[in-house]
Amino acid sequence: MKLNNLLSAKKSAVLNRWYDAILNTYPSDTSGFLKQQKNPFLNPVGCTIFQGIENLYNEILIGGEREGVSQFLDNIIRIRAVQEFTPSQCISFVILFKKAVREEIKEELIEQNLYTELLELELKIDDISLLAFDIYMKCREKLYQIKANELQSWTFRRLQKADEIYKKECVYEDIHNEIIQFERKEVAK
Amino acid sequence: MNAILSLIAVIGLVLIPLIGVKGANLHFLFGIVVPYIAIIVFLIGVISRVMKWGRVPVPFCIPTTCGQQQSLPWIKQSKLDNPSTTSGVVGRMLLEVLLFRSLFSNTKFELREGPKLSYGSTKWLWLGGLAFHWSFFIVLVRHIRLFTEPVPAFLKNVEALDGFLQVGIPGVLISGVVLLLAVTYLFLRRVFVPQVRYISLAADYFPLFLIMSIAITGILMRYFLRVDLVSIKTLTMGLVTFNTKIPEGISVIFYIHLLLVSTLIAYIPYSKIMHLGGVLLSPTRNLPNNSRMVRHVNPWNYPVEVHTYQEYEDEFRDKMKNAGLPVEKE
Amino acid sequence: MAKTPKPDELSKINYTPPQSAWMDTPAELKEGNWCYGAKPKNLETLHFPNPREWRVQDEDWKLPENWQEIVLQGMRERLDKYRSFKVFMDICVRCGACADKCHFFIGSGDPKNMPVLRAELLRSVYRGNFTTAGKILGKIAGARPLTLSVLKEWWYYFFQCTECRRCSVFCPYGIDTAEITMMGRELLNLLGLNTDWISGPAANCYMKGNHLGLEPHTIVGNLSYMLDDIETVTGIKIEPTFNRKGAEILFVTPSGDLFADPGTYTCMGYLMLFHELGLDYTWSTYASEGGNFGFFTSNELAKRLNTKIYAEARRLGVKWILGGECGHMWRVLNQYMDTWNGPADFLEVPKSPITGTVFENTKSTKMVHVAEFTADLIKNGKLKLDPKRNDNLKVTFHDSCNTARGMGLFEEPRYIINNVCNHFYEMDELTTREKTFCCGSGSGLNAGENMEIRMRGGLPRANAVKDVAEKYGVNMLANICAIDRAVLTASMDYWVPGVKVTGVHELVANAMIMKGEKERTTDLRGDPLPGMEGNE
Repeated sequence: MKLNNLLSAKKSAVLNRWYDAILNTYPSDTSGFLKQQKNPFLNPVGCTIFQGIENLYNEILIGGEREGVSQFLDNIIRIRAVQEFTPSQCISFVILFKKAVREEIKEELIEQNLYTELLELELKIDDISLLAFDIYMKCREKLYQIKANELQSWTFRRLQKADEIYKKECVYEDIHNEIIQFERKEVAK
Repeated sequence: MNAILSLIAVIGLVLIPLIGVKGANLHFLFGIVVPYIAIIVFLIGVISRVMKWGRVPVPFCIPTTCGQQQSLPWIKQSKLDNPSTTSGVVGRMLLEVLLFRSLFSNTKFELREGPKLSYGSTKWLWLGGLAFHWSFFIVLVRHIRLFTEPVPAFLKNVEALDGFLQVGIPGVLISGVVLLLAVTYLFLRRVFVPQVRYISLAADYFPLFLIMSIAITGILMRYFLRVDLVSIKTLTMGLVTFNTKIPEGISVIFYIHLLLVSTLIAYIPYSKIMHLGGVLLSPTRNLPNNSRMVRHVNPWNYPVEVHTYQEYEDEFRDKMKNAGLPVEKE
Repeated sequence: MAKTPKPDELSKINYTPPQSAWMDTPAELKEGNWCYGAKPKNLETLHFPNPREWRVQDEDWKLPENWQEIVLQGMRERLDKYRSFKVFMDICVRCGACADKCHFFIGSGDPKNMPVLRAELLRSVYRGNFTTAGKILGKIAGARPLTLSVLKEWWYYFFQCTECRRCSVFCPYGIDTAEITMMGRELLNLLGLNTDWISGPAANCYMKGNHLGLEPHTIVGNLSYMLDDIETVTGIKIEPTFNRKGAEILFVTPSGDLFADPGTYTCMGYLMLFHELGLDYTWSTYASEGGNFGFFTSNELAKRLNTKIYAEARRLGVKWILGGECGHMWRVLNQYMDTWNGPADFLEVPKSPITGTVFENTKSTKMVHVAEFTADLIKNGKLKLDPKRNDNLKVTFHDSCNTARGMGLFEEPRYIINNVCNHFYEMDELTTREKTFCCGSGSGLNAGENMEIRMRGGLPRANAVKDVAEKYGVNMLANICAIDRAVLTASMDYWVPGVKVTGVHELVANAMIMKGEKERTTDLRGDPLPGMEGNE
């Protein structure tokens, strides 16, 4: 429990370290803006990330429910999943927590012999990073689903029409061509 | 890199008169010729720039509307932010030019609990910009004293206001100090805000250094090196009355100041400092949003190729008839 | 999503990007950010230069030999034609006030999405070729030559701007990136560099009258489905007319609303409202598009497409024109149409046949916004409304960029919503009215292949919706734009699941008590009305 107490005491220092490490994954010209603009409406990325990691921090310390952790992870990952990151980069922010902890309590680790507790904590973080991967995949799947939905809603009335006309045995070809063209456009690269 | 280049350029400008006046005794060149050349370059430059802008037509009425439009009589129009009349536009422009209204609307001043560091998003840019421009203007007005005889009465009031602190001998005039502080702030902002540093060019640093050095030499002359004002006024009056003479006893710092000022004056029309004139010609600000009430005419509007209804009907006539749509030709 | 790195790259991911000046950092065209290139067929239809098969990801874009000359000549011409362009090239002081105002910058962090830098992409070439200082001093004066890499950068970033004008609100000189982007796109179009998502609809609109390429019989057919649905919900059979000569009013709306949900419900709203009023109006299949994808291409094409509206009004002999809910359509109608294709002296100053109100603010253009029209009806008590029917909805309103910053239509839609809904909540004031955030997909960026950047750009808007959704339980996002209706649906689905999207006139139609209607149990979407659950 010594580690937990230490981390509670050093919360803001560790959080800031973690936050800085995450912001460093953005272009350097941008991280200043992400850091400085405090209004959540004008800086949703920075603010969401900070709130997210703060909540995660609390959850990890008190050993919170998977549900809670998952919600906070989701808020961050949902953003990073549409930014220009590879999958590993996207969820790397979880691992960066390890780094922040190690760097912040370097001395205490040796002085108070906290290695066993640290290993336990790191196991927890590993667990969370796996969860993060699940969430990342869910976000990406959602994205593809949205693409599909858009396509579907654009074609729905056409299909309805085609169906109707087919029944009446009228100018079927016309509509058919339209659909084919439309699909081609979507598929073409 | 851009900043360093600009700094070197300005240091060069300081050294030229230092060598030229002190070493080569070129008083006439730096006291008379250079200022005249600067003024001529300035006048030609400004006129040609404004003419160049003015010559280009404004094909469309494209104000950026920042408030409720004029529509139904019971809906309150935002007459300054979305003007539909000339007087509204004048009001909008005045607020813009005198108070930098757009910059003011920039961000709300507030301190929120949030990630890290606890200073809020700011109006510093607005404040810095306003302080810079207004103090510059007042400094400029104060200099009228050097070019008029007798000195107009209102200048006394301006100086009294400017020196209301009543400290030091000679009394400290706030405008000069504010100018130096503001220009320093604008410079530091360019260096330390990463986004702004990223977009900054040499052409952004150069005028800042130039104005900074003008303010420094000015302050040095007034408070520390105590130049001979009577001789300087003889020279400046000579300049405006075209009766040029170089009095004795003007120290080299004045020539440095004068060259820097001349450089600035000549530089204005060929640089971003012309935003002064540009803001007045900016079509998103100087037009009323009345384009549904009054037709805005585009001088180069030309006929274009169109797909006519006849062509359309020719292509779809059968389908239209089948769908029960009226057609022009059976 | 960026390309997956190879295993050996993975281990050495460098999270601190290199610090190089923007001019020395060529743009890397990343998938998910760009739209497919224009197809030759569409460019041919529009008689645009350089139609050919090409792919964005290819090295060779198959440009004409003298492409630099073409671009520079095009630039020179436009500098002489648009004061906005000329002045905006000259006066920027790079104060940085606009830097963090762009939704794409906020959501992506890509420094080249800062409005000032987007403009500098063009300005640098302007300086290098049209200013003395730039010609002599080169890079020191912020100038650079027009190379293929610069051209690709233009293409990449001018199709990452939604022409929303938010930056222009905050710029002390009113520099409007929309103007810069429009010029940039014009220049690109001189080389046949458009996107498929823009040139396709534009070609459709040119030949068939609307972006979707609905032919006349299809329009009638599509509307007939809606009429069936209306009959199911209200028991009232509506028979609108098409291309009818002698009608008093011509109604023009974006074709997106004829086609895809939830826009179709807004369209049903118009049909019901006009039927209830007994309005003497007609639809047109020739001028069946209010929107204008030409506007995202070039001034000339925009004018060519827009011509149909006045031409059709003249042919049909109507007295005035009523326009539906759409964003960029209204920027065009408010700021361009009369200049291009006016004067509309063959029309009369619009006067509401129901209330007698004369729309003085439209006395030259003769085109009224349907929100102005309906607000006037409600103010004069001409509609029987039961806002309780919308009690299942907690509504917030998104100001569309174009009606906000290119018109100033703020109070009319709010007045209507407040009269047809009991639960209306504003989003944070930093994100509404003239400060509104773009949906993230405007100006022809609402394709599928650039979904990532659409989502990023949509984040600031969605974030403000999320806030009212959490605070007040908001579940409906109202707006007056067809593109909004399509793309905010996707954006909400990703960022704030549970919030649906609606046009204002769908809300009106739900609340409006029509003469002779049966007891309604569902709203237009077929969902049970409040108190009618389980009654179906």
